[in-house]
Amino acid sequence: MAALWTLSLLLSASLLGCLAVTSPDGSSLPHNLPPSLGTNSSDGSLSVDLPMALRVFSMDYHHVQAPFEIVLWIMLASLAKLGFHWSGRVPAVVPESCVLIMVGLLVGGVIYGVRHSAPPTLSADAFFLFLLPPIVLDAGYFLPGRLFFENLGTILWYAVLGTLWNVLGIGLSLYGVCLLAQSSLGDVSLLHCLLFGSLIAAVDPVAVLSVFQEMQVNEQLHILVFGESLLNDAVTVVLYKLFESFLRLPSVSGLDVLLGGCRVVVVGIGGLCVGLFFGLLAALTSRFTSRAQVIAPLFVFLYSYLSYLTSEMLHLSGIMAIVTCAATMKQYVEANVSERSNTSIQYFLKMWSSVSETLIFIFLGVSTIQDIHMWSWPFVCSTLLLCLIWRATGVLLLTAFVNKLRRNAVTFRDQFIIAYGGLRGAICFSLVFLIDDFPKKRLFITTTIVVILFTVFVQGMTIKPLVELLYVKRKKRALPTLSEEIHSRLIDHLVAGIEDVVGYWGQHYWKDKFEQFNKKYLRRFLIRNDRQASSSILRVYQELERREQRGVEEEAPPIVDPRSQGRPLLPEEMESIRRILSRNLQNFNNKQTPAYSRHTLHQDTSVDRTRKPLYRHQSLGERYSYNTITHFQGEDGGLSEPQRVRTGLSRSHTVCSISPRSTLLDSSDSAGPAQTRSMDPKAAREDLVSPKHQETVERAARKHLSFVLENEKQQ
Amino acid sequence: MGSSSSSRNKIPNAQELMDQTGFSSAHLLRLRDRFESLDRNNRGYLSRDDFEALGGLAMNPIGGRIIEAFFSSGQDTVDFSSFVRILAHFRPTDRNRNKEGTQQELPSSRTRKLKFAFQLYDLDRDGKISREELLQVLRAMLGLQVTEEQLQSIAERAIQEADLDKDDAISFDEFKKSLEKMDIDTKMSVSFLK
Repeated sequence: MAALWTLSLLLSASLLGCLAVTSPDGSSLPHNLPPSLGTNSSDGSLSVDLPMALRVFSMDYHHVQAPFEIVLWIMLASLAKLGFHWSGRVPAVVPESCVLIMVGLLVGGVIYGVRHSAPPTLSADAFFLFLLPPIVLDAGYFLPGRLFFENLGTILWYAVLGTLWNVLGIGLSLYGVCLLAQSSLGDVSLLHCLLFGSLIAAVDPVAVLSVFQEMQVNEQLHILVFGESLLNDAVTVVLYKLFESFLRLPSVSGLDVLLGGCRVVVVGIGGLCVGLFFGLLAALTSRFTSRAQVIAPLFVFLYSYLSYLTSEMLHLSGIMAIVTCAATMKQYVEANVSERSNTSIQYFLKMWSSVSETLIFIFLGVSTIQDIHMWSWPFVCSTLLLCLIWRATGVLLLTAFVNKLRRNAVTFRDQFIIAYGGLRGAICFSLVFLIDDFPKKRLFITTTIVVILFTVFVQGMTIKPLVELLYVKRKKRALPTLSEEIHSRLIDHLVAGIEDVVGYWGQHYWKDKFEQFNKKYLRRFLIRNDRQASSSILRVYQELERREQRGVEEEAPPIVDPRSQGRPLLPEEMESIRRILSRNLQNFNNKQTPAYSRHTLHQDTSVDRTRKPLYRHQSLGERYSYNTITHFQGEDGGLSEPQRVRTGLSRSHTVCSISPRSTLLDSSDSAGPAQTRSMDPKAAREDLVSPKHQETVERAARKHLSFVLENEKQQ
Repeated sequence: MGSSSSSRNKIPNAQELMDQTGFSSAHLLRLRDRFESLDRNNRGYLSRDDFEALGGLAMNPIGGRIIEAFFSSGQDTVDFSSFVRILAHFRPTDRNRNKEGTQQELPSSRTRKLKFAFQLYDLDRDGKISREELLQVLRAMLGLQVTEEQLQSIAERAIQEADLDKDDAISFDEFKKSLEKMDIDTKMSVSFLK
């Protein structure tokens, strides 16, 4: 741990060195460079002072300056992150974002001390074009779809109306404060206050995500806050641009305000449509990637980024576009693309969003150290207070309204968390830099920074103990048992049926309608070979199966006598299977990580993973079948040799396959005559078929699903 | 349309229904309207083809069972009070009422809801979900997505998970226990507001 910190300090030192090399003309600075062997030329390259033209050793920093510095920053950020996780008790108390900002502050301070000028700041362009999209893409891709749509009404309610309430409230009351403190703040007009209100009122998805993921709250609460932070981007963008253009206009009429209102709708829905379009395109493209599988993940990123850029180009809401794009393409891409590509996509998403987030926070810290601060006690303090007050009242009012229409009421504790968890982050920061210059701009910048630091530090650090204090309903961690899944599905159908009878078009109606549309048209068009959609019951079952297989690899299971599936299992088989299952399920349940974990891919554990449909994996031309080969008795030892090799290979790829019913009929037809020959019909089928075709064996073998334990195959 | 008081008079035993099911008079009126619109031939009762005329229900994998649940055993018609009593299972559970202590148990209580769901499986009403009954429901819900063996395995596993007394069938208590973590009250509720 200490090593990591020293390493990061060394890195900062080298960063300084690089900056020193490129120091502005006219200032004298200490050079932290390796001892020069010769003269320093003015452009910073060293050379050995030899009369010959040949240079044995030279350094040319300018050549690589830009990428070198970027890499050093990213390295610093990542090492800080590593150090954070290794540093004992700190993660329990201080959220990661706080630590990163502190590191940024430190580095910024050091740079400022060395150079006596402002350190590099986060330019708004770099932020909006490069740093923000990966985070939002990651959030959109792993968005729990069902939960999101179930709560969509409430989320929209909070996002649109809540943001409007906050913006107007903060803007108007700040104007009141400015009027009161006429002496120092007299030249801040109403429009400026409203503009400031619009950028400071918005809850920031980056900050919210980073703090909430370390808190285990129930899913509904998480999706409410998170969904709100995503969707309020549309409102924020519109209001900000609206007020900005109002500032440039000579006068503002009622018509302009009305048009502004229309713009909110256009921006939101426009972003949605752009995202949908690119999402469907991506799904269609992924259908054809079977021959060039390595490229498949690239399409996901390209299309998402393209949707973001397109909507930014059209002044629509880029965040909504990219979230919609990711959420749309996810199910089709996962079905079309190989298992490895899926893993790559998920890992790259996590990695990039992690890096982005870290960079954002570090730069927030660095950019705080500037020359351009302007302080004003009344303004800053009243902004802080007003933000809190307006958010609290907004949430209370809106929730009182929306609870009448919801099935699950949002409790007081939940409301407190929603109000208190409204963190501001880098979006406000970038927006404030984009304001046209006017005398009090520096004051706005300072206030924004103070608000961000306050919300991230104070609210971020105290929210966890407060949550624990209030016993907010924690997230249920266990994977649903198969019974629960089955009965849950039954009840869903039941309620949909009853709603039909009653004539009430509840959410089940639309959900069912969408599912039908999805199955009939979209899946056929967008998914290769239209692999059958696995129902969630099947997926849970297969997930449980997969887990127990993997779990069994780690331990020595008792010997079970496996046979073909048709007959009921013997009592001792059931007992051992049940024992293994319960033991392994417990083990896996304990290792669970939350859904939006920044640090690890939630491998075996979250519900999201179980929704992934299973399909035949074809990579590199070979066919792998997994764990569906029946084990035969010792007499077939010779036969099991080639299969043993194959299963050895298959285990490393951990792929499951289901064969559609037609294959079942085919193989049973072809194996029909074999059945009369021997006592153990299935084994005989293997006997008969496998000498001829490896493939046919696989196909026949694949259709047996049994509780075969890994070790058995080795025998 | 008429005034509400005269409409309520058309509903026989309105007060008794309200007490037994927990519906308010506004709910009852709405349900009465719905009943009359479903009853295409104005016979005063519903038969199976009235239910089957509902498109959504026809496409529902367990639509047949749901329809059957409305008809008490042996009968071929559903009158209004049976209609209301069945639908009463789907009212949101009133948590506060139980504090009064002596209320008779409403159909919308959690146990009654679970019983209703249980009876969707248990068609022969022997109080247990046998493996065959479970398989039938699974087959209906999963359709052609799964092979027969997979269905068997799933059913096998589900019974293993729930079956505590090892009689290879799921009794109502075992059913209730396996669902103790699920929020049945909200899941099995339909909002009857207009």
